[in-house]
Amino acid sequence: MSKSVILRSLVYLATGLTFFSLIGIVLYVLIGGIPYLSPELFSWNYNSENVSLMPSLVNTFLTVILSLVISVPIGILAAVFLIEYADLGVAAKSKIVRCFVSVIRIAADTLAGIPSIVYGLFGMLIFVTFFHWGYSLLAGGLTMAIMTLPVIQRTTEEALISVPMNYREGAFALGAGKLRTVTHVVLPTAIPGILSGVILAIGRVVGETAALIFTAGTVAQIPTSVFDSSRTLSVHMYNLSVEGLHTHEAMATGVVLLIVVVIINWLSELVANKIRPVK
Amino acid sequence: MENLTQENKNIRINIEDLNVYYGQKKALNAINMEIKENEITAFIGPSGCGKSTLLKCLNRMNDLVPDFNMSGKITLDGEDINKKYNINDLRKKVGMVFQKPNPFEMSIYDNIAFGPRVTGIKNKDELDKIVEESLKAASIWNDVKDNLKKSALALSGGQQQRLCIARAIAVKPEVLLMDEPTSALDPISTEAIERLCEELKEKYTIVIVTHNMQQAKRIADKTAFFYIGELVEFGETHDIFKNPKEKATHRYVKGKFG
Ligand SMILES: Nc1ncnc2c1ncn2[C@@H]1O[C@H](COP(=O)(O)OP(=O)(O)OP(=O)(O)O)[C@@H](O)[C@H]1O
Ligand SMILES: [Mg+2]
Repeated sequence: MSKSVILRSLVYLATGLTFFSLIGIVLYVLIGGIPYLSPELFSWNYNSENVSLMPSLVNTFLTVILSLVISVPIGILAAVFLIEYADLGVAAKSKIVRCFVSVIRIAADTLAGIPSIVYGLFGMLIFVTFFHWGYSLLAGGLTMAIMTLPVIQRTTEEALISVPMNYREGAFALGAGKLRTVTHVVLPTAIPGILSGVILAIGRVVGETAALIFTAGTVAQIPTSVFDSSRTLSVHMYNLSVEGLHTHEAMATGVVLLIVVVIINWLSELVANKIRPVK
Repeated sequence: MENLTQENKNIRINIEDLNVYYGQKKALNAINMEIKENEITAFIGPSGCGKSTLLKCLNRMNDLVPDFNMSGKITLDGEDINKKYNINDLRKKVGMVFQKPNPFEMSIYDNIAFGPRVTGIKNKDELDKIVEESLKAASIWNDVKDNLKKSALALSGGQQQRLCIARAIAVKPEVLLMDEPTSALDPISTEAIERLCEELKEKYTIVIVTHNMQQAKRIADKTAFFYIGELVEFGETHDIFKNPKEKATHRYVKGKFG
């Protein structure tokens, strides 16, 4: 057998494995869950009879929004500083700045690699205990913000790096200052890349359980304030499964979770196409 | 009479004892030259001799390079460009077209309007007028007038380069620097841009870097020959190509090296 044939079959094999494991999981969840999608599952108030997922669904959105409102701007600004000002700006000449920058990068990389349970414990110690917020939407949201910050920051950095140098030169040559070049030329060009980071971050929050159990708690109610405990869909699924009494409903919740993820991806795509300058 | 007016042209840019270093490496050595208005000045010379470096000194593009250093003085209309001018104001006066066309990822309209918007023009009618004038001046208006909202990246290489020239013109610069603007283009686009340069020199001072000897011969009034960081010879294009004073110039223009 020639080398290219082996290589080709390996590629096909890998593609097949990826495809079929995805299809496998999706089918398993759909087949196991769809029969148990009942109207009660979507009632506004949760009780142990209907095990409604509605409050958790709402809480998921609230947690995602709260965490992104914090991590997206900070992450993007940090990346802009690191790439546009520290790496490419006049500041690059200074030793102190370079030192500072490498410390930030190491910190971000380390943060990105930390298991989520560690974020959970940190969030619990700081937000829940030290600040006396208790298990709350706020504590959960902030913990998720910290957890997604390095994701946003690193993907934005990558997106900025991939903006060709000659775009910046072109803007400078027209007399545009640094700030204008960044906001009007570099960032718009980097939007698709930044958005992929945002989607990744949303995925992290939606899929998180451990860190949220320790910070947002497990109360399956729509919170009336940010200091109320709020159970997200994934945590809800986890609870239903460990209790062992409602595994079918857990499956049905899985279907909803799946749909939520698909909708989020689709929406992000839509948004990306809307704000992208022009194709 | 003709000759007299030639000589009376104003000196726009004056370069005195310019030395340029990138870190330890000396890229330009003791350059002295004058660039006059309403003329096309061509920089020629083998690769790596410092043509782009000199060009980028004229609009302080080199300030972006971290280990760049220079000594000597460059003046625009008698004022030191490194002292008297705010860097962004200087770049509005001294426009630049790059070797590789670099339109932004925006519509054609927004590409052209970018510079004027930087200068604070917001009025839609005024912008429309500038966009149209600039595109006409760069002879690309007819190609794009129905598609101003289309992405500039959808244009061909030659059209992109003319768009970049239009973008540079839109800021109403006084000097236009062009670094091998046609090196990536086909002969037809090249010819269009050369004709454009000749039209533009009526209004602007043009400095063009080129590897194409024929191009320098065709369009340049003055030609400067550089060799390993030195300005070897500078004078009327006709003299440089027909009666070069230096041996190196002679060999280069005859195609013996480089
Ligand atoms: N940013 C930079 N950092 C370090 N050295 C540089 C930089 N830019 C140019 N140089 C060096 O300076 C010298 C002159 O380069 P320059 O780009 O001006 O040459 P050039 O005459 O334009 O060549 P070409 O015809 O290939 O474009 C070269 O030796 C080059 O390696
Ligand atoms: Mg060059």
